[in-house]
Amino acid sequence: MTAPTIILRGRGVVRGCAEGEALVTRQTISGWGGIDPMTGTVIESHHELRGVSFQNKVLVFPGAKGSSGWSNAFHMTRLTNSAPKAMVFNIMNTKIALGSVVLRVPAVTELDHDPLTVIETGDWVKVDGDRGTVEVTKK
Amino acid sequence: MRLTDGEQAMLDGKAGAARQKAMELLVRYGEVLGAERFVDTNNVAGVPGSSSLFLRNYYQQQHGDSSYQAIYSLYDLDSEEIVPVPQVESYCCHLQGGMDPENWTELGMSREAFEHFREDEAEVAARGIQVLKTCTPYLAGNVPVKGEHCAWMESSAVVFCNSVLGARTNTEGRESTSAAALTGKIPDWGFHRDEFRYGSHRINVEVRVESVMDWGLLGYFIGYAVEEKIPVITGPIANTNLIRHKHFGAAAASSGGVEMYHMVGITPEAATLEMAFGGKKAIDTIWYGPKERRDMYERLNSIGSNPEVDYVMLGCPHASIEQIWEIARLLEGRKIRSGCRLWVFTSRSVKSVADLNGYTKTIQDAGGLVMTDTCSAISKAVPKGTRVVALDSAKQAHYLPAMVGIEAWFGTTQDCVHAALTGRWNGELR
Repeated sequence: MTAPTIILRGRGVVRGCAEGEALVTRQTISGWGGIDPMTGTVIESHHELRGVSFQNKVLVFPGAKGSSGWSNAFHMTRLTNSAPKAMVFNIMNTKIALGSVVLRVPAVTELDHDPLTVIETGDWVKVDGDRGTVEVTKK
Repeated sequence: MRLTDGEQAMLDGKAGAARQKAMELLVRYGEVLGAERFVDTNNVAGVPGSSSLFLRNYYQQQHGDSSYQAIYSLYDLDSEEIVPVPQVESYCCHLQGGMDPENWTELGMSREAFEHFREDEAEVAARGIQVLKTCTPYLAGNVPVKGEHCAWMESSAVVFCNSVLGARTNTEGRESTSAAALTGKIPDWGFHRDEFRYGSHRINVEVRVESVMDWGLLGYFIGYAVEEKIPVITGPIANTNLIRHKHFGAAAASSGGVEMYHMVGITPEAATLEMAFGGKKAIDTIWYGPKERRDMYERLNSIGSNPEVDYVMLGCPHASIEQIWEIARLLEGRKIRSGCRLWVFTSRSVKSVADLNGYTKTIQDAGGLVMTDTCSAISKAVPKGTRVVALDSAKQAHYLPAMVGIEAWFGTTQDCVHAALTGRWNGELR
C-alpha cells in the first residue's frame, strides 16, 4: 500500500527540485553562532535541534533569525557539503532571502497550509522550486 | 523587478563584469524578497572580499585561485567566474574581522593567518573601502542620519542604525553588502519603506530599567518575546545613552531578530505611541516586570556553575571610549589575579583615543589587554585553557559559550572586573 501524499502549494524562491527526509523545527534558526557550518549542526544553547545536523535533509522551519552572518554561515555549508537538500519556510526576511539565494538549494515559501503542521520530522518531502510545490509522503 | 536604465546597463555588463555579477546577485535576492525596485545607497557596511584560511584553501583547491579577487567573485558575488574587482561605487566601511593586528599571537593565530589578514586588508584599502574594522561603525566615524538609506550587516549595528539614528537598513549579509558596495543599489524592501517601520507589539515595562545591565536584560527579553517583530516599549526607562542602546539592541538582535525598536519619548520615530504604531493597533501586548527581569538574568547565567573565572571579556559590541574609561578606572592601581585574563575589544579608532588618554596603559599595567578589530566570538579565540568566562554583554553570553564550549557568567562591567581581580564570580541581580 502506498502512503498518502499531501501537496502544498506556494511560491518557489530558488529554482530546482530535490527530495529527502524532513527535519522540522518550530523554532527559527540562527546562522552565524547558531550552526556549525562545517557539519550543518545546530549549536544554539537553548534550541530544540541542538546537536542535530540538517545535512542532506529537507529543512522545514519558520525562518531565519539572529546575526547578519546568516547567509554566510549557510553559504559555507554549501562549500563543506553539509547543506540541507532543500528548504521550506514561512517567514520572509532578508537573512533567509539572501541565504536561500547563495545556498542554491530549492526553496519554497508562502504555502497554502502551514508546513510546520503538515510535515513531521522523518516524512519524505519533494520540494519543487520551479512550480512552488512541496509533496509530502508521511512516514 | 523594475530596473532603471542605469541598473539595466549594469546588469547588461556595460559597467564592467564585477558590477554585472553584483547586479545579477541583487536581482536574484530582490526577487526572493518580492521587492519591486532598488533604492540607491551610499552607505554600506560589510566585509567585502575578506576571507578565512578555510575559504582561501577551499578556492585554491577548487579553482586554483585564492586571490582577493577570486574570493570576492566566487564567494561574495556568488559568480561562476572570476572577474576583476574595481574600486567600490558606494561609500563603504569594513566591519569587524577575525584578528587583532598587534596581538594576534595572544589570540592563538598562526603567522600564515596573520600574513593573509594583512594582504586582505591592503586589497580592501586599495578599493576605497574604509578600514574601520568594527561592529560599531557609528563609534568610528560612520554615523548615518535620519532617513539615510544604508546597506549594513552586523545585527547590533543594524538595530542601532534603524532605532537610535533613524536611518534605514535591513539586516544585510556579506554577499548583498559586497554587491551593494560595487553598485550603490540595494532592494527597496523592508526598513527602507515607511510602512514597514511601524511597531507591531507593545511592551509594557513595569520595573525600573536604569543600569546598563537592566537595559541588556530588557533587550534580551524582548528578542525572545517578539522575535523579529518591531516592539514599542513604554514604561520607566531611564538614563538613556549610547552604551545602553548599544547593549539593548545587541541583546534583542541576538535572542530574537529585532532590527528596529521604538521607545516612546526616546527614539526618533516614536515621539508618541500613535506615531510608533503608525495609527495601527498592537498585535499583542507583553508585560515585563521583576519576574521577567530575573528570568532573563537566570537564563543568561544558566551556563555557569563553576565560580572560578579564568577569562573576562569586555567590549561586545565594541567598547566606546566611555566604557574603556570606566574599565581603566576600575583597574587603576590594581592587579588582575594570576591565571585570569582580561581582554577589552574595541575599534582602532577608539583605541587610538584610549592610547592618548593613557587608558590602554592603565589596563595593561593591571595585566589586561585592549584589542581591536575582532572579539572572542568572531575569532573563536579565548585565552588558552579557558574554562569559565565572565561577560557584561548579553549578546556575547548568548553566543560565545556555545561557540567555543566554555561556561559563562553574565553581569555588570563591575562584576566582571571584580571577577578578573579576584578570580571568582561574585555577581548577583541587584
